Amino acid sequence: MQRIIGKMREKAKELLEAGTVDAVLGWKKGDFAYDPTPAFFYSTDELDMLAYDGFCGSNLSKYLVEYGKEKGKVLVFLKPCDTYSLNQLVSEHRVDRENVYVVGVGCDGMLDVQKLRDKGIAGIEEIEEAGEDLRIHTLYGLKTCPRDEALLKKCQSCKGKEHKLFDDRIGAEESRDIANEDRFAEVAELEKMSPEERFAFWRAALSSCIRCNACREACPVCSCHTCIFDNARSGVDAKANASEFEENLFHIIRAFHVAGRCSDCGECSRVCPQAIPLHLLNRKMIKDIQSFYGAFQAGDSADQCSPLLSYSPDDIEPDAFDRWKGVM
Amino acid sequence: MPMSTESQVQANAPAKAPTNAPANAPANTLINTPGNEEKDGKAFRPLIVSFCCNWCSYAGADLAGSSRLTYPADVKIIRVPCSCRINPLFILRAFQRGADGVIVNGCHPGDCHYSTGNFYTRRRMALLFSMLDFLGIEKERTRVEWVSAAEGARFASVMREFVEQIRRLGENKKLGDIRCKE
Amino acid sequence: MLKLPVSQMEELFASIASEQSLYLPLETNGLIAFSRWEEGKQARFDQLHCAGSVKDFFFPQTENLALFKTSGKEIHIEENRDPEEAFVVFGVRACDAGSLSILDRVFYDEPADTFYQTRRRQGLIITVACNAPEETCFCHTFGLDAADPGGDVAVWLLEDMLYWDSRTEKGHALTERLRGLFEEAGDQGEETVRKGKADIGKIIDRLPLRDLSLERFAGDGMMEKFDAPQWESLQEACLGCGTCTFVCPTCHCYDIRDFDTGHGIRRFRCWDSCMFSDFTLMAHGNPRPSRLARFRQRFMHKLAYYPENHEGLYACVGCGRCITKCPVSMNITKVIKTLGVDQHA
Repeated sequence: MQRIIGKMREKAKELLEAGTVDAVLGWKKGDFAYDPTPAFFYSTDELDMLAYDGFCGSNLSKYLVEYGKEKGKVLVFLKPCDTYSLNQLVSEHRVDRENVYVVGVGCDGMLDVQKLRDKGIAGIEEIEEAGEDLRIHTLYGLKTCPRDEALLKKCQSCKGKEHKLFDDRIGAEESRDIANEDRFAEVAELEKMSPEERFAFWRAALSSCIRCNACREACPVCSCHTCIFDNARSGVDAKANASEFEENLFHIIRAFHVAGRCSDCGECSRVCPQAIPLHLLNRKMIKDIQSFYGAFQAGDSADQCSPLLSYSPDDIEPDAFDRWKGVM
Repeated sequence: MPMSTESQVQANAPAKAPTNAPANAPANTLINTPGNEEKDGKAFRPLIVSFCCNWCSYAGADLAGSSRLTYPADVKIIRVPCSCRINPLFILRAFQRGADGVIVNGCHPGDCHYSTGNFYTRRRMALLFSMLDFLGIEKERTRVEWVSAAEGARFASVMREFVEQIRRLGENKKLGDIRCKE
Repeated sequence: MLKLPVSQMEELFASIASEQSLYLPLETNGLIAFSRWEEGKQARFDQLHCAGSVKDFFFPQTENLALFKTSGKEIHIEENRDPEEAFVVFGVRACDAGSLSILDRVFYDEPADTFYQTRRRQGLIITVACNAPEETCFCHTFGLDAADPGGDVAVWLLEDMLYWDSRTEKGHALTERLRGLFEEAGDQGEETVRKGKADIGKIIDRLPLRDLSLERFAGDGMMEKFDAPQWESLQEACLGCGTCTFVCPTCHCYDIRDFDTGHGIRRFRCWDSCMFSDFTLMAHGNPRPSRLARFRQRFMHKLAYYPENHEGLYACVGCGRCITKCPVSMNITKVIKTLGVDQHA
């Protein structure tokens, strides 16, 4: 998607110069081929550093919770899936819609440099994205990899090309089609296992947790002013998991707290330094909500009500939860 | 202020068998059941946390007490203003600190003192229990029951049944905190 | 120098593991991490870095300090240290090995930390030279040599042969115990290693971070750095998670906490992160109330305060973990470049 960077810079320049926005939130070129950093741009001469390529997987919506109040009106570049998160934050009154100018940008599916490394591609110097194959220049020669094999986990089941909220769009029609996996397939696989197998699966996964809190900090809807796990008076505050129970507790509570609000943006799994498949917990909750209470996608619109903030007199009883197990 | 149900239970309990078996349970239900290992020569006695809403279930428990109905003293009641006051953390912390089973009791749907509180409880607990099951925790360890203030007998029988279920299931090993056990 | 065919590495591992616990890079839960070796487990030297650093062995994320119990009006204090074991970590890279001298200065400083001390005494480090440095490597900036990695024993894996060179008393003792497995490397072996080192050196000369300079961090400019306006824009992207600090081989801040078990108090130590809002939280609040202050603390600690207290030694070894693991790709090299260059441009 480097092909639209020129238009993005123009748009940012135009709005900064016109005074429509006070700052631009986008990605800044990094030192390597794969490490753009989220950044604010305040003047037009900084815009040369604005970047947009296959490694802009980070969801910028979260920054608006804090900075949306401080920096005046902000132009933010959002990929289609990121707009669900912003919609959710707007519906929770965490971001003032009037304070944000959303430019929806097209997306070809974002890439995961770790997947390249896992394929044994080391010493990555430059990555060319044109076409279906990535051409990777390394210290150890030229390598290629099909783009689809290097997609971020979250992009393997893409939510589509539609921006759910925007003031303007750039390159939206040019988004590349991605073969779409069923996002509940892995959840259904786990549901089919025996409780012992599931327990072993999660024990192995969660025992890797180092409590860096990256999942929480990157999560757009984990936006409590003080998280209960940081609150010395809560009785559960902790800086490390000192027992297996604590390894479970943090992730259960976090998944439950975002249930009905999580738009499945996949940031938790993307940022986890320990490769824990955290998105599975959230997808389980999303799948259950859909099975129990009907179709629902958090962030679809800013006006809908979370299923956990509403009810129906004919809801299922809590012990009937496993009626939908293994069903996709 | 309702009479303390626990003290009522305990007042009745000593007359029972040392295992504190429910009055109506067949004597052999405790034998040869999985999970019911003898520990230090003593039969496994589960610890049950029973959250009761102030307006219906707690009054139901009180009625069970004042009607001199028995249920095992293994049940520890925690009174909450409404079943929807129960946060998943309450349940997890109960398990952390040694509970083998947790039961949430509220007014019957439609009868909530606050009109709709228990409707939210119902949704939350369905999702929480499903998530615990997804993590491989035995789904029999958690339950929601709707018990009205008039259902003292039902409260006692639900407790007896739940205690028995957990007794058969055995100790909570998956969701306990080893530090609290030593 | 001794040698052993790579095909016999399994035997080497078995011999080491017969008397000491052996940890080496294994694939566990989709990650390559230092894990306990057992027969049949395949060591993975193909990825340069393990997910966690070697620090985890000497300064674990959590460890028990004491147990308090009350009976009547008395309080009993029991020491409940985690059990000691003699262990060997195989496959440590030059950067991780270098991190230990940085940690030593902190934990050996009087009064010495006996928990750390015991583990250092019990642990033996076998390093492996990096045949294929990554683009994220900058250990050379801190005077470390990926081609000659240090530790108690240094190992080179070249041309299907493992070359073994013990460097310390501990290393010699282990070599003595395993002597029967090895052959003398001889002049030809020495030559192969020399050539291997030269090849690694050539790659290091081509690394994208080869020119990273700390020149402007040494010496007097500390307050100038502290007040630099660039911190503001550098910290904007930071999420305030602790990933960089926890994967870092040299970050060593910890907290001491009590856990009420219901029948006693367990006192334990756990890693802390200057990125956390409750880092060094005291009764009056947090001395670094803003994320900017916390972000600055991490880099100033590594590049200014630590060197100030330890004869100019920087508290970074250039392993590059923070570069690959930061969720938003903000890392120490970007800080060094921004503050080093812009400041005096």
